[in-house]
Amino acid sequence: MEKSGSVDSLGSRRSSCVDSLSSSSTSRSDRSSLAKGPSASVNDLSPEVRTPGKPSTKAFRDSGKDDPELLPKEVVQIVAKDVTYICPFVGALRGILTVTNYRLFFRCINREPAFLLDLPLGVISKVDKIGGASSRGDVSYGLVCKDMRNLRFVYKPPEDSLQKSAFDVLTKFAFPNSNNLPLFAFEYDQVFPENGWKVYDALAEYKRQGLPNESWRISKVNDHYELCDSYPASLVVPVTITDEELRRVAAFRAKGRIPVLSWIHPESQAAVVRSSQPMSGVSGKRCKEDEKLLQAIMDANAQSHKLFIFDARPSVNAAANKMKGGGCESEDAYQNAELVFLDIHNIHVMRESLRKLREVVYPNIEDSHWLSNLESTHWLEHIKLILAGALRMADKVESGRTSVVVHCSDGWDRTAQLTSLTMIMLDAHYRTVTGFQTLIDKEWVSFGHRFQQRVGHGDQNHTDADRSPIFLQFIDCVWQMTQQFPAAFEFNEYFLITVLDHLYSCLFGTFLCNSEQQRVREELSKRTVSLWSLVNSQLEEFVNPLYVHYSSHVLLPSVSIRHLQLWLTYYIRWNPRMRPQEPVHQRYKELLAKRAELQKRVEELQRDVANRASVSSERAGSPTRSITPVQTFV
Amino acid sequence: MLSLGSGGAKSTKPSFVSYVTPEEIKSEKEPQKKERHPNLLPGEVVFCSTNPILKYTQDDISQRGIFGTLLCTNFRVSFISDETPQEEPTQHFKNKLYGENDIPLMCVDCLYGVYDEKKKLITGGMLKNKYPSKMIIHCKDLRVFQFCLTFTKEEEAKKIFQGIVHHCLEPKSLKCVFAFSYANTKGPEMQRTQRTLMFDSQEDWSQEMKRTKGNCRIVTENQNFELSERLPKYFIIPAAVSDDDLSKFPGKGLPIWCWSHHSGCALFKASSLPVTQEDGVAQAWMERMLHAVAQTHLYSVKIEDLLETLPNIQDIQQSYTKFKQFFLIDNSTDFWMSDVKWFSSLENTGWLDIIRQCLQKAVEVVECLEKENTNVLITEEEGSDLCCVISSLVQIMMDPHCRTLTGFQNLVQKEWVAGCHAFLDRCNHLHQKDKECQSPVFLLFLECVWQLVQQHSPAFQFSETYLTVLSDSIHVPAFGTFLFNSAFQRESCLKATLQHSQRGPLSWPAVWDWSMQFDCKAQELFINPLYAEKLKQEKVLRKVPRIKHQRQLSLPSSAFKTPPKKGFFKDEAESLKKMLRVKRFSRWMVPPDSPAVATRQFYEAWQQKPLDYHGLLLPCLDGPAMRLWMQRYLRWTPEAQILGGGSVAITSKLAELLGEVRALQRELAQKGWWDSMGEGHHRPQTMSLALVRTSLRLSSYFPFAASRNWSFKPVIPTGLLQSLMVTDKLASQEDETNEVISLV
Repeated sequence: MEKSGSVDSLGSRRSSCVDSLSSSSTSRSDRSSLAKGPSASVNDLSPEVRTPGKPSTKAFRDSGKDDPELLPKEVVQIVAKDVTYICPFVGALRGILTVTNYRLFFRCINREPAFLLDLPLGVISKVDKIGGASSRGDVSYGLVCKDMRNLRFVYKPPEDSLQKSAFDVLTKFAFPNSNNLPLFAFEYDQVFPENGWKVYDALAEYKRQGLPNESWRISKVNDHYELCDSYPASLVVPVTITDEELRRVAAFRAKGRIPVLSWIHPESQAAVVRSSQPMSGVSGKRCKEDEKLLQAIMDANAQSHKLFIFDARPSVNAAANKMKGGGCESEDAYQNAELVFLDIHNIHVMRESLRKLREVVYPNIEDSHWLSNLESTHWLEHIKLILAGALRMADKVESGRTSVVVHCSDGWDRTAQLTSLTMIMLDAHYRTVTGFQTLIDKEWVSFGHRFQQRVGHGDQNHTDADRSPIFLQFIDCVWQMTQQFPAAFEFNEYFLITVLDHLYSCLFGTFLCNSEQQRVREELSKRTVSLWSLVNSQLEEFVNPLYVHYSSHVLLPSVSIRHLQLWLTYYIRWNPRMRPQEPVHQRYKELLAKRAELQKRVEELQRDVANRASVSSERAGSPTRSITPVQTFV
Repeated sequence: MLSLGSGGAKSTKPSFVSYVTPEEIKSEKEPQKKERHPNLLPGEVVFCSTNPILKYTQDDISQRGIFGTLLCTNFRVSFISDETPQEEPTQHFKNKLYGENDIPLMCVDCLYGVYDEKKKLITGGMLKNKYPSKMIIHCKDLRVFQFCLTFTKEEEAKKIFQGIVHHCLEPKSLKCVFAFSYANTKGPEMQRTQRTLMFDSQEDWSQEMKRTKGNCRIVTENQNFELSERLPKYFIIPAAVSDDDLSKFPGKGLPIWCWSHHSGCALFKASSLPVTQEDGVAQAWMERMLHAVAQTHLYSVKIEDLLETLPNIQDIQQSYTKFKQFFLIDNSTDFWMSDVKWFSSLENTGWLDIIRQCLQKAVEVVECLEKENTNVLITEEEGSDLCCVISSLVQIMMDPHCRTLTGFQNLVQKEWVAGCHAFLDRCNHLHQKDKECQSPVFLLFLECVWQLVQQHSPAFQFSETYLTVLSDSIHVPAFGTFLFNSAFQRESCLKATLQHSQRGPLSWPAVWDWSMQFDCKAQELFINPLYAEKLKQEKVLRKVPRIKHQRQLSLPSSAFKTPPKKGFFKDEAESLKKMLRVKRFSRWMVPPDSPAVATRQFYEAWQQKPLDYHGLLLPCLDGPAMRLWMQRYLRWTPEAQILGGGSVAITSKLAELLGEVRALQRELAQKGWWDSMGEGHHRPQTMSLALVRTSLRLSSYFPFAASRNWSFKPVIPTGLLQSLMVTDKLASQEDETNEVISLV
């Protein structure tokens, strides 16, 4: 039962003996690499097609035609026959709908090849009953999904009121939080060879960065989340600031999110520091401990006598925040500090932008107005501003050797985007698979990006104004960088898509809850499985074969809109014509295989020659070495 | 070659018509000591030169620059820096004919003068006594040069300005084109050594017909252009066309064979009949032609008047004129300004839409040939513009031979050069005032090919760099390939010069002789390392189904079937009426809906099948699939460089691996173990390993602009706030709001 995914498949299922390495172009032979694991292919890029007779199809075939393969602890809740799925690309399809406590599974029976739809209930953000029952008693349902799709079903609910309607059951299990049910992640108990909860260890990561050192210490002041309930337990602060002073700073910073170090440059000691806005308010309140702290941050870097404070917001928003007691640092109070606004808009603007994007890309695209429609969503402009902000920060740290402090209002949305992108630009470690996992665990999960609120796991309140695609936007920015630097990242596009799919799936504990405090309280690491367990157990699927590790290579992406593209293989992956076109990785893999084969032959030949040489050397005493050893590279 | 008026230049004098004023010759003979000269090409003569001129460095908004000499020769406008040339960084991609500070005269697109801070377009006829303080040159290969004239003496500045205006903008005669001076120096034997078929001999045509197994007949009656001056010396027509009909209308309306499908059906193109004909005569004649075409295979024919649905050449010109403006960037501020409304600006030019329409039309024709095995006749006024675009695209999609480097060159030679595309008029090489005829039709074709290359890279032996270089070469006046309107014009020029010259027959080098422009190493960049070569052993392997096309093994259920397409390829009677219409309406902005749907179905059906890179290839035509040819259009813009990034990282890595595989194969082959494979021994070795090591320092527009020293500074946009005006009420909303706002 490893198939945990939505396959909006028009085709029959045939085993793809395909390389899963090519991120963009392939579907996954998900069963092959980890027989029992839930497949990573929650959303296949190109729905796979399986032929009968291939070994990998066995499980599928055996399990019977109409049933999904269930995950551990997954239980079928209802099976409804005679449901019609209105596919926007193929048309109306009649079939059987199965709802479990984890997924929606639809299979069209009277069609060869069969049509499958398989999606985790977590991606559903809204179940709509469209209009009343028709004369025949049919009711139309619309499912709005978090992954850009809208699904339409037509179904005749049972007339017998004692019988449950499939869509009522679906609604119940799609929104467990609203129905006093646990999220499926708490039931799922798959065991993986790797334990993803062990990937990130705050102290180990700080140690990698060379911390603590003579200027920075690791403070335990937040050990019990008393200083700040949305911050992690371990915080890196300047040695010259006492815990008592930190408490006073916490009173001055919104939600107690004090300036703490995220990353330090190994050579220049310039630091990336994150915080929330100062509570200076209309009257321009000051806090001498806060001023001292920023001064200490500047002093910790001997190479520069300046500090840049990046306020991610547009300046008007920062000004508006003063009315609510917030605001920004005044340059009078903070000597030697320069305040820069990055003009990135708030979560509501981003949510609206994605809503418009969905309208433009799903289900049909207006070809001749594609570009202007895309522009009108502003999605790529937001991406541009975020990348540009991170680029400016990276530039100050790298070329200016200056420490930077970044904050927005609360310091858990835009701030997380900016620090993590800056760190990816500056530190090649975060471009590896485990490094990237560390980065997400550190800058997003432990520093309190409110995943529960922003995604709305299991919650039926789809209009919740706290929902916003902030993390999606970050992954999109990373994807833009992988496009500009195709050899600089160890992970591939498929990895990024997998991360996003499981952001919504509620299968893993990684993206649950709002803060480290909540996670500890919920005992997530005991009660749920980490997404990284899955990823690290079948790593080869997520690796970019073109990756070259340059340890000291700083990436400075172009932020011109000319170089930003819409991530078609994510946003438009449901459109069958938008299949990824270019399997560069596939060609590369073919060559790798060919090289391996040839190398083997050369080695055989060498051995052969050596054998003959040893024979002849017995006779003549002069071994011949005509063949140079084959060099391996990469 | 430093001394002017040296032997080489003088000896060529009789062969070209000099239009240099005596003053100019005088100045040429008294060069200032300070001035330096480029290595002149054989036959190249300096008209005027001035020092000091300040050339602004493009990748710098501050008005800094370098001093040097500006010259104008009969080949180029050239700037030579006063600074002693530093040790040139290893240039991977150096054009032998012109350097990065040289602008071939034909390559000058527009000239602007800055008078009192105002930028004005300079036209040929205007009063040139007042010279500008700054001269901006926009090139057809999208480079932008800015020269400051205020540091030199007034007389000198005036002279160089007038010289450049005169040679770059004012109408000139064909014989003044540099190729006529240059041609003399090349032996006539050069051309014949190349593998590219020129299609100026009967053998080339019969070889091509044999290759495609066509069953038409070669016409030899036009050897001396007696039938028509707008047709090649040799051409192929349906076997059923009678000799009488051949000469009835001088070359007009004849169905000219382009290509034969393996099923036997074929693609033909024709020009329209002269409109003065009486309806009856013309109609009867056209019907005979259609019957002749139909008899080629299964008595079937579809006729398609391209101008009915595609933009005409003026539309194309207009659209491209708007489009290119977005890439001729004078400074950083302009760059970031145009970044704001980038997508809608691109869309408003309509250029990408024109590309899509051409590809779409080609797919429709492919569908007729491939699916219905019907003969297709495409027609157009002249039969040598859009007909060339469509017929070439059809062949690239259907015939894998056209996707090899040689095959592609053969195709261009067959359809465009021998096929009498009016390059001279369309490119306006002679700066004619009447710009009616100017239109970048050939570039449009290259754009379409680029889209195909982009979408199906492993199917093409050539790289996008090759296409970019080819698009540049149109404007290098050293070659004969893109210089003439027709084979007839070319021949008559040849004859005319022969009479005036004592030095044997002229021969213009063909652009296909790439060694004229690039050394072997640079030419390696023309080869696509991703190309999946067709191997005999692998033939079976290649057909292994690929996942990406394994969708929808059966067609959608009847519930969603679109109505059968109709009314697009009209039945013969209707189309005959259409063909005789005098006036054509450009209806291309609103293409009828049904063909798009039909094409889509055809594409989806093709998409389900296993992909064979050596079989039929179709482009995805959806909006997001149409891309901008970044390499061609953004390669000179410093703000758009990705330092250490771009596709060069992939290409070099692939090339490296490919090289290793080859080396291993050779090693094994030497030992006799592996000769059964016999793969790719003749293919040029691709880029060296060194490239991979340095790729960190290369920019995304490698190999172009490679010699420039890009500063490793991030390009940070100016004026971020202006770039995004979100006037929404959402913008002012607090992040942490507790109110639920309605979202519908």
